[in-house]
Amino acid sequence: MPDAITPQAGVHATTLGTGFTDNPYLPDVATVLETVQETPAIKTLRVRIDDPARMESFRFNPGQVGQLSLFGVGESTFVINSPPTRMDYLQFSIMRAGEVTAALHGLKPGDKVGVRAPLGNWFPYEDMRGKDIVFVGGGIGMAPLRTLLLYMLDNRADYGNITLLYGARTPTDMAFRDDVQEWLGRSDMQTTLTVDQAPEDWPHRAGLIPHVLLDLAPSNANSVAVLCGPPIMIKFTVEALKKLHFADEQIYTTLERRMKCGIGICGRCNIGTKYVCVDGPVFTYAELKDLPNEL
Amino acid sequence: MMSFARYIARGELARALDDMARGRVAYAPRREGDAVVFRPRAEGEEPLLARATVPPKGVIFPQSERLFAFIREKDPNDPGRTTVRLDSTVDIEPALIFGGRPCDARGFHIFDRVYLNGPYRDPYYAARREATVVVTLACTKAGSTCFCHWTGCGPADATGSDILLTPVGGGDEGGFVAMAVTERGCAVLEQANLPEADAARMDAAQAVHAATQAALDAQSPAPDLSATPARLLERFSDADFWRDMSDKCLSCGACTYLCPTCYCFNITDENDGGDGMRGRRLRSWDNCMSSLFTREASGHNPRMGKALRLRNRVGHKFSYYPQLHEGVVSCNGCGRCITGCPVSVDIREMVVRATQANEETPNA
Repeated sequence: MPDAITPQAGVHATTLGTGFTDNPYLPDVATVLETVQETPAIKTLRVRIDDPARMESFRFNPGQVGQLSLFGVGESTFVINSPPTRMDYLQFSIMRAGEVTAALHGLKPGDKVGVRAPLGNWFPYEDMRGKDIVFVGGGIGMAPLRTLLLYMLDNRADYGNITLLYGARTPTDMAFRDDVQEWLGRSDMQTTLTVDQAPEDWPHRAGLIPHVLLDLAPSNANSVAVLCGPPIMIKFTVEALKKLHFADEQIYTTLERRMKCGIGICGRCNIGTKYVCVDGPVFTYAELKDLPNEL
Repeated sequence: MMSFARYIARGELARALDDMARGRVAYAPRREGDAVVFRPRAEGEEPLLARATVPPKGVIFPQSERLFAFIREKDPNDPGRTTVRLDSTVDIEPALIFGGRPCDARGFHIFDRVYLNGPYRDPYYAARREATVVVTLACTKAGSTCFCHWTGCGPADATGSDILLTPVGGGDEGGFVAMAVTERGCAVLEQANLPEADAARMDAAQAVHAATQAALDAQSPAPDLSATPARLLERFSDADFWRDMSDKCLSCGACTYLCPTCYCFNITDENDGGDGMRGRRLRSWDNCMSSLFTREASGHNPRMGKALRLRNRVGHKFSYYPQLHEGVVSCNGCGRCITGCPVSVDIREMVVRATQANEETPNA
């Protein structure tokens, strides 16, 4: 397939847009400002879109995702884990798992990436105003929670008690260390850390997230729980929340699927009639129960 | 506008087609080995009227197309750095598709609902759809695997077409009634300077439509599929049913490539040479019967096994799509997935059994 356009009779060479806003397949070119090695497997990229007007007008809501790409390698879907209240850069945290993520781990400040964002739905943070919020994150699942949590901390007066339970396999698998240190020191939220395997000098909890959650026993009154993590953690955390009398509608989580277009067309991320890329990634547990069982 | 109809005598067809296709590349059926495929037609060439074995969807939705090229350039101020330029220029060729059947043309309507009227408009599809005139040939025979009349399509369905031609009369005496379906169809038909189709020929066209419909009804009376979307959902967790249905399937994906409504695609990157300085992002037809279609980087696959993949393929066409699109089924009953399947998996059987099986065991 040649790149050079040599118009034949009648053929129109047509330019289909200059960026994501006028062509949903066309990424905005962005520059990596900074990288953070969060854990051996997780790396954070902070990027700014090169076009200053586009970066200035960029709007999104907590929970929305983006397609991050490396030209010549490919695209993958990640949540924007910096909040819309802090627009110096867009932050993505990438767990190394396949070809694209391995290549993204190799990026340095100054390198170029493509960004198609924002995509998908978001946590209903406006409806959550005035409520107590229980965050439960496991592993890389802390990323989408970080966006919503930071948004709420930046609008602290709008929300009730904020509880965070963050778990990882081992202390070295825990991402967002600077944030976590700050959260542990804040008096306007309760932060609990847990690891599956705790070394002797570990000052926090040891044990699986659902067990620790039952122990913390947050109240369901005027509360919502926001969960993200591996499927097995979600399953048992939902069970724990049910024991704590949380209704299905009070439980929010995000789904992952292999995605390509991110705009509801390419046809692979559906669960029955729902496309995770446009109808999700955020669902209540009540909505998930209505979907065909194909997680 | 529906009354805008012209008559094309049999011997005038090639000339009329030349005039209609002025300034456009005309694609028409051509025999290649055992296959009949759509290929650019030369001016004056007598068109083949045989039904193509491969639908013309590739004219508007190419099997592989470039979304954009990327060009890296060294930053003149800092040679250690590169910048990236993206070029989304595409060739849009004014085209005309001649000789597709109603099931082929309706395929574009199935695409339109997703590619033009969904949450995002697809600019590549939109540009080609806009640039392409669809001149469809109504069917006069019921093929043995045809079941368009089950799906809301039919032998004279004009959905997705700009012009519908109906063969009337026989031999050298015969010809075609050409009915414009869209404004664009009117304009294109005007270019051919044809006589109006008189009342007798309009009646003859109606009679052809009715006769083909009757032949299809006689061959396989259309089952009531109104409950199928719900029934397929009820069957979702019936592992035995889907294992049984998919037993023969080879996961080869021939059904998807031959389908006029299959619209799923993959996106991949390609490099020129090894230095990564130039390359392109492509989108290409994908195949939901492949295990890679939904396999995630972690290794997790929500559709592990061909039974789950076939369940999604049938579910999408006969349950999910209709639920999202006012009951419109995303299968036009062309039967190519049946004739093209190396092991004769039959979507008619799956749909009928999924619908009926639950009637026998309503509490299953």
